[in-house]
Order: sequence, then C-alpha cells, then structure tokens
Amino acid sequence: MSLSPTGALRHSGSLFALALDVLRTLPRRPFQAREFIQQAWFVASVTILPTALVSIPFGAVIALQIGSLTRQLGAQSFAGAASVLAVLREASPIVTALLIAGAGGTAICADLGARKIREEIDAMQVLGIDPIHRLVVPRVLASMVVAVLLNGLVSVVGVAGGYFFNVVLQNGTPGAYLASFTTLAQLSDLWAAELKALVFGAIAGIVASYKGLTAKGGPKGVGDAVNQSVVITFMLLFVTNFVMTAVYFQVVPQRG
Amino acid sequence: MGVEICVEGLTKSFGRQVIWQDVSLTLPAGEVSVMLGPSGTGKSVFLKTLVGLLKPDRGSVKVAGRDITKLREHELYEVRKLFGVLFQDGALFGSMNLYDNIAFPLREHTRKPESEIRRIVLEKMDMVGLIGAESKLPGEISGGMRKRAGLARALVLDPEIILFDEPDSGLDPVRVAYLNQLIVDLNAQIDATFLIVTHDIASARQVPDNIGLLFRRELVMFGPRERLLTSDEPVVRQFLHGRMQGPIGMAEEKDAAQVEQELAQLDDTGRVPEITPRLLPGPGITRPPRWEAIARREAELHCAEGAGA
Repeated sequence: MSLSPTGALRHSGSLFALALDVLRTLPRRPFQAREFIQQAWFVASVTILPTALVSIPFGAVIALQIGSLTRQLGAQSFAGAASVLAVLREASPIVTALLIAGAGGTAICADLGARKIREEIDAMQVLGIDPIHRLVVPRVLASMVVAVLLNGLVSVVGVAGGYFFNVVLQNGTPGAYLASFTTLAQLSDLWAAELKALVFGAIAGIVASYKGLTAKGGPKGVGDAVNQSVVITFMLLFVTNFVMTAVYFQVVPQRG
Repeated sequence: MGVEICVEGLTKSFGRQVIWQDVSLTLPAGEVSVMLGPSGTGKSVFLKTLVGLLKPDRGSVKVAGRDITKLREHELYEVRKLFGVLFQDGALFGSMNLYDNIAFPLREHTRKPESEIRRIVLEKMDMVGLIGAESKLPGEISGGMRKRAGLARALVLDPEIILFDEPDSGLDPVRVAYLNQLIVDLNAQIDATFLIVTHDIASARQVPDNIGLLFRRELVMFGPRERLLTSDEPVVRQFLHGRMQGPIGMAEEKDAAQVEQELAQLDDTGRVPEITPRLLPGPGITRPPRWEAIARREAELHCAEGAGA
C-alpha cells in the first residue's frame, strides 16, 4: 500500500468503482450459474462449521449476561424475550459478518490473488472474458446468499444455546422463557437481520474480490491482500451495522 | 490474414518513473517482429499496453484501425478476440486440466458443440506436441509444457495477432530451438502478425522479419532484421552481440567517457557483421508466397556468401 495521502482516497475510489462494476455486470447474460453454485458451496463449506461452533458460546454468553441482569432487576420473566432480541438483532448478523469475512472473504481473496499474480486474470482479459462477470459477480452473489443462510443458522443455534443455558444451567423456567419470546421481538427484526446479512455478504465479497484482483508482488502480495481484506471488511461491516441499526430504529416502530 | 498494429508516440510511466516514452512503430501485417531490450526496460509493459491491459499516459495503439487506448471496456473485449497472447509462465488456469484450459476460450465465446471443440483442441495440442497430456493439471507439468499449452490456448480462437512474452525464458536451448521452429511454422500456416518480446539474441537473429530495441526509456531502433544486424549503433551492436563493451551496464547505463574508451579498445568498426541465416518453415509446411520469397532471398544471399568465401 502506498503511503501517499491520496493513496487511501484512490483505493476507496477503486473499491467503489468495482462495486459499481459488479452492480452493472449483474444483469449481464449468460449468468455464470455453475461458478455461482460452486462458489456458494465452497463459501458455505468453509463457514458452516465455524459458524455453528461460534454461535453456541455466543448464545450462551448472551444468555448468561441477560440471565444475571434480569435477576438483578427482578425481571426474570423477560429473560427469554431479551435474549431472543439480542441474538436476533445484533449477535447473529455480527457473527455472520465475522465468519463470512474471516472464512469466506479470505478464501475468495486468496483464490483471486493467487490467480492475479499467476497472470491468470490478465490471460482471461486477453481471451476477451471479463473477470468481473466471470469471477467476481458469482462470488459476491454466493457470499450474499450464504450470509443470509448463515444468519438463519446463527439465529437458530444462538437461540437454542441461550435456551439451554438459561433453562438448564441457570434454572430458569422453560415456560416463562418460551412465553416471553415474542413480547419484545417481532418479525421485522428477523427481516432486518437478514437484510444486514445480505449487505454484509456483499461487502465481504466485494472487498475480498477487490483486494484479490489488485494483489501484486508475488506470494507475499497475496498474503498482504488477504490480511488487508479482513481488516477493511471488519471496519466497513461494523460501521454499516451501526448505520443500519440506527436507520432500523427510526423506520420500524418498536414493541412495548 | 494478419492485422497491422500501428503504435504512435506511446509513453508510459508508473508514478514518477518513466518506463518508456514516445515509442512509435508499425508491426506489419502477417510479419514476425521481435522486441528486444535489457531486463527491466518495460518490454512486458509494452506488450500489456498493446492489448489494453495497461493504459498508456500518451499516444495511440491502432489495431485494425481502432485505437485500443480510447476504447470502452466492452469494445476492448471485442478487439481482444483478435489477439492471442502467450504469457511468460503460460498463465494457465490452475484449477483446470490442460484440455479444459485450451477449450476454455471456445466454450466461452462460441456455441460450438463439444465434439467440434474436441476436434479443435486436439488439433492445437497436436500442433504444439502435447497429445497425451490432456488430463494433466498445470501444476504437474514442466515449464516448457506450460508454455506450449499456453500457446495452444492462445491459438484456439484463430487470432490475427499473436504476442509472445519471453517464450524462451527458462527453457533449455534445445526446447528454445523447437519453439522457434514452431513459431516460424505457425507464421507460415496461419499468417497472423507476430510480436515476440525476448532478450534471447540467438532467437532474435534467426526468427523475425523486424527487430526493435528498447533501451534507456525509448525505442532505440525498429526496422528490418538485416538493418539492425548490420547497424553501427553502439547499443544495438552491444545487445545483438551480447558483450559487455558498450553503453549498457550491469545496473544502469554507463557514463559516456567509459563507453567511448571501451568502444575504442574494441575496435571492430571495420568488420562487417555477419547476418545469421533465417529460420525457415519446416519441410512439411506448405509455404505461402511471402515465405517463398523469403526462402529465395535467403538462398541467394547465402549462395553468394559461399561463392565469395
């Protein structure tokens, strides 16, 4: 990375240019269905297990925190409501984001980066094939779809983990836990979380592709690109998460 | 029939570093040209600029009358179908076997049935001598085979222009000789415009119609092979003879006084430089009129030389 003051601006400009290119190339036929399915399968296969393993302790931590908090406040009957809300609204999109960027994005970036330094991308362009259409669009779409599905997985596993810890380990009442499920959470929370996951998947896919396609300087360059792609994706995801949450609270009326 | 490439006033720099400036040349349609130059003079950059992978700062590259540097992205992809490029390491797709690699452009750009694709792919693989290696992955084969596979892939769409990025780097002399013969044979068979970027003098002396030399951020000379082989220009002479005495130094160019002293010591200005015989298409190849003429001229030239000696 260059250290000149315009360097950062130029990079963000190129990143947005790539995002626009992806958007513009999206409707172009023929759609690369094969590549899309392969990539979706690939991204899913590298993320499913870590996601499930991360979301169990995540749900448990939330359950523990909320369990003790509600006891202190004397509102044990709301333990279920609060933990569902926390998992659904924040925990699951964030866990999804971390894994899609950390496991899926890095794999995409490393793959494209390796192709770039082996001149495969150049060769593809010379053969008259647009790498954005052929490689980037299917990957971005794959990471979006997988993010949405992962978000569902994290929600289920997280809520189940929360239930287990609250009811079995903290001696909460199962009935109260289940009954309070929908007192605070509503269906639009789920939609908002899925929308977040969709956007996170797109950001992770685009940043990973951008960093991969601009990798240079041999194998070390690919390593650097992967490293930067994770850092940049995380920063963007947390900012986007904040903005989307803020907008959500303004737009959707809350219960209670 | 090949296509003419007309380069005018081409300048390229990365940041403040000028790679080369004001390069003007015409690659005649159907002829073989070689671009020479010491390592690090931007030969590969020049090649990538010709296909529009890099944008020059100034100047134009006209291919079949269209200026590559001013085309929009999707028009560029159309014009690129005229090109076949052999990259330094073949640039094969690592995840596909050789057959799929070579079939890739056909599958992407044409609606040919699989049987037709198979026929074309096997024909090109036969041309470069790779029959039997269809199911090998690029990681499993030698550098020479990767180059030949890259060449087969570049040929598969019947390009009008073929660019070679250092076809001889990393190959043993025998394989280089075979590859050169293959290049000459190909030129006689498909009649495309060839540009070979290299620093191998032996190939440069035998193979091309035209030679160009890049040095010190500019095109020193570009012209017919005989003119460069007999040139008095110190840089050209030094490079084509591969010797230390002359303007090209190890790291950078040398200072003028040292060059003059070296050239004075060398003192070969009186000697007439020999012209290496040209490599001709192999016996099995039917020669088009252009190659017939070249072969006749070569025969006369070396006949006369033999009589004189």
